[in-house]
Amino acid sequence: MIEFTLWDIVRNLLLATRWTVLLSLAAFVGGAVVGMAVLFFRIAKNKWSRRLASGYIALFQGTPLLMQLFLMFFGLPMLGLRIEPWTAAVLGLTFFASAYLAEIWRSGVDALPLGQWDAGASLGLHYLQELRLIILPQAFSITRAPTVGFLVQLIKSTALTSIIGFEELVRTSNAINNATFEPFKVYGLVALIFFLMCFPLTQYARRLEKRAAAH
Amino acid sequence: MAFGWLPGALGDIAHGAATTILLIAVTTLAGTLLSILGAAGRRNGPVLLRRAIAWYVEVMRNTPFLVQLFFIFFGLPSLGVRLDPILAAMLAMTLNMAAYTIEIVGAGLDAVPLGQTEAALALGLRPRQVFIKIVLPQALKIIYPALTSQIVIMMLESAVVSQIAVRELTYEADMLQARTFRSFETYFVVTLVYLLMSMALRRLLVTGGRRALGAGVS
Repeated sequence: MIEFTLWDIVRNLLLATRWTVLLSLAAFVGGAVVGMAVLFFRIAKNKWSRRLASGYIALFQGTPLLMQLFLMFFGLPMLGLRIEPWTAAVLGLTFFASAYLAEIWRSGVDALPLGQWDAGASLGLHYLQELRLIILPQAFSITRAPTVGFLVQLIKSTALTSIIGFEELVRTSNAINNATFEPFKVYGLVALIFFLMCFPLTQYARRLEKRAAAH
Repeated sequence: MAFGWLPGALGDIAHGAATTILLIAVTTLAGTLLSILGAAGRRNGPVLLRRAIAWYVEVMRNTPFLVQLFFIFFGLPSLGVRLDPILAAMLAMTLNMAAYTIEIVGAGLDAVPLGQTEAALALGLRPRQVFIKIVLPQALKIIYPALTSQIVIMMLESAVVSQIAVRELTYEADMLQARTFRSFETYFVVTLVYLLMSMALRRLLVTGGRRALGAGVS
């Protein structure tokens, strides 16, 4: 058994936290970009485009994230792509996030009165201009609280990438636990680190929600 | 892509799916019960209890389920409590789900008009009777859709308990792919099984709820 001081454990966990943060950010940004594309399909006038996007969203919301990660990790090599845990983790979480974000923003678009579209059209704006100048800014603004709430969910979800071998916080903590046999301390610290990342965001989302309710 | 292994694997998949269903059934019952107690305690309990419940909810909601699972499964034995993997999984899932449903049930309790309680008290019912017979049924009806979503989310989350060797659906998939070397195909099939299960569970809960709680449940 190797002797680890508390500082050794904390230092190693904090070093691994960088990867958790980086993965969360990459997946959030990627998810936002892909989610925008899904949103366009989801609110398009074409019925089949809407159905396709609904199916995409239902697929990701109706299956475990762990399965989605496994399918990425084992599926991409079948297409001839060499893949590392990091790539599979980013791609898997990106698609996962895109489905949820598209659905959140779609609820924002639906919440706007139809008069907003009519007003845009009467100003002579075409569809894309209407979206860019009138609809999307308002839809994003009223869905800010659930978007931040989803970011919290995404940060917690990065823990699953430890299972496909990505060296983030949880995988590092498993290794430390195997060496120190102090599960309460190790996993307690990991929980604390996650809490410190997520709790401020949860509070922020709550404040946004209150502010939106006050309007 | 090759699916020649599939017929021989159906038994294992069915067995795993049955365990997943068992897990979610136990979690739903225990989690709902716990969250009713929690939500009631958060409103009517002593100050210390209220504060403890509020912190419990925050801690569980802001940490990953996987970490909670490891904390319970690897941590409890060092306190001298050795849990079977499936019991540890049920415990972790119940505790996790309760943190979310305490908020949901609480919102339902708040949504029942105060006049209902006053009317029931005026009729001479005791406070406990008022809660169980008047307020709670109405609250459950209000929150039923949110509860349904949470149960489905929890079922999908349960895939993670394969990591402590509970022989549920994902664990069976792990074993199958190790045997067949058909990783993608195995997880593809099992993902479809999960998709069907989540759709069936949602439908079951909606129809069951409509029958038990009356019309208006969607």
